[in-house]
Amino acid sequence: MSDESLRFRRFPRFPARLPVGGHVGRWRWAVAVLLVLPAVAAPFQLAPFRVFQLTMVLVYTVALLGLNLLVGHAGQISLGHGGFFALGSYTAAIMLDRWDVPYLLTLPAAMAVTFVLGFALGVPALRLRGLYLALVTMTIAIFLVPLLKRFSSLTGGSMGLTLSRPSPPAWTSLAEDQWLYLVVLAVTAALSLAVVWLLRSRVGRALHAVRDNEAAAEVMGVRLARYKTLTFAWSAMLAGAAGAMNTWVIAFVSPDSFTANLSIILLAGIVVGGLGSLAGPLLGGVFVLYVPTLSQGVNDAAPGVVFGLLIILVMYAAPTGLAGLAGRAGRVIEQVRRKK
Amino acid sequence: MAGFVQQLVEGLGAGAIYASLALALVLIYQFTGIVNFAQGELAMFSTFIAWQFTHAGLPFWLALILTLAISFGGGMLIERVLIRPVEGAPELTLVIVTLGLFILVNAAAGWIWSFLIKDFPNPFPSGAFKAGGVSLGHSTLGVLGVVAAVMGLLYLLFRYTKIGLAMRAVAANPGSARLVGIRTSGVLALGWGLAALVGAVSGVLVAPVLFLEPNMMGGVLVYAFAAATLGGFDSPAGAVLGGLIVGVAETLAGAYVGTIGSDLKIGVPLAIILGVLLVRPQGLFGRAAVERA
Repeated sequence: MSDESLRFRRFPRFPARLPVGGHVGRWRWAVAVLLVLPAVAAPFQLAPFRVFQLTMVLVYTVALLGLNLLVGHAGQISLGHGGFFALGSYTAAIMLDRWDVPYLLTLPAAMAVTFVLGFALGVPALRLRGLYLALVTMTIAIFLVPLLKRFSSLTGGSMGLTLSRPSPPAWTSLAEDQWLYLVVLAVTAALSLAVVWLLRSRVGRALHAVRDNEAAAEVMGVRLARYKTLTFAWSAMLAGAAGAMNTWVIAFVSPDSFTANLSIILLAGIVVGGLGSLAGPLLGGVFVLYVPTLSQGVNDAAPGVVFGLLIILVMYAAPTGLAGLAGRAGRVIEQVRRKK
Repeated sequence: MAGFVQQLVEGLGAGAIYASLALALVLIYQFTGIVNFAQGELAMFSTFIAWQFTHAGLPFWLALILTLAISFGGGMLIERVLIRPVEGAPELTLVIVTLGLFILVNAAAGWIWSFLIKDFPNPFPSGAFKAGGVSLGHSTLGVLGVVAAVMGLLYLLFRYTKIGLAMRAVAANPGSARLVGIRTSGVLALGWGLAALVGAVSGVLVAPVLFLEPNMMGGVLVYAFAAATLGGFDSPAGAVLGGLIVGVAETLAGAYVGTIGSDLKIGVPLAIILGVLLVRPQGLFGRAAVERA
């Protein structure tokens, strides 16, 4: 992908393709190693509240990883990922509340539930392109809130469920927040690697083909129906995993923490972070957590104003998001260095 | 029986409001191919402007006229400033821009007028006509009348004026319209202005019922989506009929299906949207899109 094509096509079909291999790839690994060290060291250096914030960034990163797969790599719009996030949260919360299962088991359970539901919804979603998929997923996310309130014997109704945070095993002698951070970090890393692996396989190539030109992809033998449904299911599953971890970290669920706004904010996060890029979900997670935290002091409505403005600005100025900006900056530096 | 007719009447009253917001959605969709997710929020913002005017002591109808004028101008301005730069961009970009607008307008209203619920004056008298056990509220009648008047005026505009003809030409084929000398970009702005105006009408009508606050239109937008999907996103008449059907279906389901009740009524538009998209994706009156791959 050269810079010229970006310049001439005002609106590149985002995302820019994944650069695989070459010097960019090696550079990327170096950055990854540089990121891992501080990521592991962070909980031992920071105040518990900061560690909590970083843990939430990772939780959102996993949700955005799922959304990125669907929107960035398969080109379908979902405004319902807050719903899957909520479903994962509630699955974990109900399991912990009712049956007192070991908390680590709630993660695969939440993933299984959201995968199955995502698959079931993916079948009709197949027939819906673009706008309509956005409409349907948004309506489902809105519908979920009164539904959760209705089944109050299971979900605790409007009051929600209050749980206790999982405690670290004794041998680690870690504090609660440090242990949770490390667990969430491990899960995030594992799921990220799984997604990277998936995208580099033939599945990833098939998805990109579908995104760029459905008809051509079909002619090449890509089974549209299968890939679209599966992507929707995987994407829902990742949002569900994020939801389960959200329950561990917050130790509280209530219907009103999962309004339709959550879905919109998640979509905003991945757009601003960078659709279709590897760093996009992480940057988006930082954005989703810190924009409200930083702007809330100004006014209750300030996070919304900042979110709204940034989404629109990013769409005009940098359709590939923060990750795209970083990539462009990297290429500019590279060019300058070569000229010298 | 009287009870059933009563529900029917109330459903029509609610449906008229959905119809007007659906009409606003359809207006923009026809000209620009965008489903404007921010339509409900724009309507809410207009309603706040009307509230501000009446709060300052202006008589209601004067406040309404001023509000409609401001909404019209505001809609055109939004098209010029926000939508023009992304014209012709992929669908995803357009959806995301209108979502950004949704969040922005919602938060801006909260910033200016706070998230506290406000009482909005009801422009219609509170009495009702009674006949055979059915009472037809003056306000229901007023809502139906206003929506019918708006539709009528739009019909006259599109059918009998030069501007209306130009607008229809652009909706049918922007390229050819441009070749015969129509200023397409002006027409697009006009479409957004009209949509904002019609949306403002729905906001002002719904505010006395739901109470005015920044999240007022969230639910109404879902019903309007259902209405537009049912009628067909490219058919204004379909959107109106769809709105009435959705309103009646919602009221009847809430009243007669015990498990639904008032809290799960939002499931009705969801079921309608899903059902229509699976059975007849172009809606009752829409044209099926034929696409060249």
